Amino acid sequence: MKLFKQAGACLLLSVGLLGQATSAECIAPANPGGGWDFTCRSISKIMHDIGAVDKPIQVTNMAGGGGGLAYGHVVNERGSDEELIIAASSATATRLAQNAYAGMTADQVRFLGAIGADPGVIVVGKDSPFNSLTDLLDAVKADPSSVTFAGGSAAGGFDHLKVLMALGRADFTDIAKVKYIGVDGGADAITQTIGGFTQAMTGDISEVVGFLKSGDVRVLAVLTDERIPGEFNDIPTAKEQGIDVVAVNWRGLYVPKDISDEAYNKWSDALAKVGSSDEWAEAMVANGLAPFNKVGDDFAGYLDGVIAEIQTLSKELGVIK
Amino acid sequence: MEVFSLLADGFAVALTPYSLMLAVAGCIIGTMVGALPGLGPSNGVAILIPLAFSFGLDASQALVLMTSVYYGAMYGGRISSILLNIPGDEPALMTTLDGYPMAKQGRAADALVLSGVASFVGATFATIGLMLLAPILARIAFLFGPAEYFALYLLAFCTLGGMASNNQRKAALAACMGLGIAMIGLDNNSGLPRLTFDSLHLMDGIDFLVAIVGLFAVSEVFIFIESHGKNSAIGVKLGKITIPVKDIVRSFFAMIRASVVGFVAGVLPGAGASLGSFLAYMSEKSISKDKDTFGTGNPRGVAAPEAGNNAAAGGALVPMLTLGVPGSGTTAVLLALLMTLNITPGPLLFIERADLVWGLIATLFIANFVLLILNVPLVRIFVKLLSVPAWVLLPGVTMVSFVGIYSLSGSYFDLLLMIGFGVLGYFLRKIDVPTVPIILGILLGGHMEDNLRRAMVISGGEWTYLFSSPIAIGLWLAAFVGFIAPMFVSKFFKKPQAITD
Repeated sequence: MKLFKQAGACLLLSVGLLGQATSAECIAPANPGGGWDFTCRSISKIMHDIGAVDKPIQVTNMAGGGGGLAYGHVVNERGSDEELIIAASSATATRLAQNAYAGMTADQVRFLGAIGADPGVIVVGKDSPFNSLTDLLDAVKADPSSVTFAGGSAAGGFDHLKVLMALGRADFTDIAKVKYIGVDGGADAITQTIGGFTQAMTGDISEVVGFLKSGDVRVLAVLTDERIPGEFNDIPTAKEQGIDVVAVNWRGLYVPKDISDEAYNKWSDALAKVGSSDEWAEAMVANGLAPFNKVGDDFAGYLDGVIAEIQTLSKELGVIK
Repeated sequence: MEVFSLLADGFAVALTPYSLMLAVAGCIIGTMVGALPGLGPSNGVAILIPLAFSFGLDASQALVLMTSVYYGAMYGGRISSILLNIPGDEPALMTTLDGYPMAKQGRAADALVLSGVASFVGATFATIGLMLLAPILARIAFLFGPAEYFALYLLAFCTLGGMASNNQRKAALAACMGLGIAMIGLDNNSGLPRLTFDSLHLMDGIDFLVAIVGLFAVSEVFIFIESHGKNSAIGVKLGKITIPVKDIVRSFFAMIRASVVGFVAGVLPGAGASLGSFLAYMSEKSISKDKDTFGTGNPRGVAAPEAGNNAAAGGALVPMLTLGVPGSGTTAVLLALLMTLNITPGPLLFIERADLVWGLIATLFIANFVLLILNVPLVRIFVKLLSVPAWVLLPGVTMVSFVGIYSLSGSYFDLLLMIGFGVLGYFLRKIDVPTVPIILGILLGGHMEDNLRRAMVISGGEWTYLFSSPIAIGLWLAAFVGFIAPMFVSKFFKKPQAITD
């Protein structure tokens, strides 16, 4: 009986450790459950289900350093591993731009592409005096101390930068005066905004869906090129309101730098196939993602632009020198 | 009553044989996960998530399994607290204070049964609260801004000094060490790294599980080695299990009070079970007539934190379900599970997915009864896990610690850090500095600082903002009247008391 129980305990422990198998591997640089974990699990599964790869792909979680630990692991130890893909998102780009991965840079890996994105939003409580994004930005321009933004990332993180990008387009340049508090996740940021402690919330649309449906909040603008298809089609984009800012939290992959072009093309083809599959369309709807398809060189160009802008803003903000 | 018909529907979901089996399995796994130091409820649940998917469980079944594990771990954490003086998980920290002394007095069985019953009371109270009040309680979260949270954490910190009754200065010193450790990592308000020495491993801060396991489990191993196993604390004898009716009756009201405190702490997002059990213990101690016996094996000191942490565990489900804001590490993992199952928690969850929510509530009730049976009459089974001879147990504990910590991040760095904490714990024990305040400093310090900094950003550096709401003022008053004032005033009151004695 005792033996049985101990065996049970061992089994329990080993579940988490299984699966360092020889087939291709997807590293989610975070604990199970987050966005990167979702990216790895759903993309790997669909890749195999639709036959874009022959063997199932193993998912490994490697949390730490906001993704930096996995990045370092890939750069230093797996630089030419052709059977490896790693989940990435806007946060990866932000941290690379801000030198938050201990000096490692974006050109030390090859970005494969993104096939979905969580659109950025700027949200106020239902009783807020602000009725449009321009109202809100005008208020900040008139008196930066009158508006505090809450977001789910730390100061200098992507949620903070969204606001600064929007303000920059509205010709407000004194960005260090903008008040922003980073709380523990988007839902917490909404709670603070509904409670009236902060005047506006910046985050991703998937974070606000529940509160939007219940009528507790209003979305002033969605930060995409075009309106989101489907039930949120009535939310205006920032562009429509004359603020030319696009900020989405894309979900994608990168691969080690020194793999052959064939391997790179094999993976980018597979990713593109997933991007146009019905299974992925379903997964996107279920997780509040909007279409965002940039694979290969197209994506690399986009990423360079984003990183450059983040670097400029971060310097003005004092997050990096 | 609409509530009861909904609950009946819930039981209809939860009482199918398959769900019931999952609930029982979840309770057993959870209790084991909780009892083994190093495997906290959050990584226990996280490890099991992939399992739930590979079994092809649907949303409500997966929730049944995971919440049973969650509640089970909350029960299980106390077992190693009482028998080994090593908290099985972070909320069980406070249970070591009186549970272990009680076990040393040969009352291990009583302590286990009493704390089992207390867990049951707390968890049942919380489940009823969740059922009746969740949509209303969710609104409490809107009343707590940075200033209010700061005052709440301050209240907790003010009580720290009074925790170790033998030497307050050492307790305060330990708390400061904890605070210092809590500062490590990325600063939320500037985005700049602090005390990380350019190491990516330190960027996310130090996980408190690493600290707990190092300070408690690993340092115990060192002490054991030093004494060649002779004076080791480990290896408490467990006598015949009887029901300590007297203790249960006497501490019944303590359990109820602790449940209320714990539940409220749990409902507040960002407070969580650890704060719940801590405040429950401290408030029970402060209103008790025999304060001095707390820390030496007072049954109420066992009952209060256990009722408190289980009530907080239930309470933490309120903001998780109604706001999508996790109140603790484990609810964060549960939240992730919900998201993966395509369920978006939020204000409408109780209406849109009523079947799921009420099934969940029914499961919590069932899990509670299963756990009461597992943890009172059958507690021996779990104790067996821990009551092998010390020379077998300690290597086992070490192994489980290493595996558990490694599974947190999959990096050897955390293991080195854990050993470092073990060495620190060894020396601190030698010079008689309590380690519990260190953990509390790590657990609460970061939140306290974050909220102060946020409050200062919002107010533009105006400190009066901290006293700008009735709730904040109330908490400041409670901190002052309840904990700071007595330190100074007690001098004047002691003498007259001595005369009347």
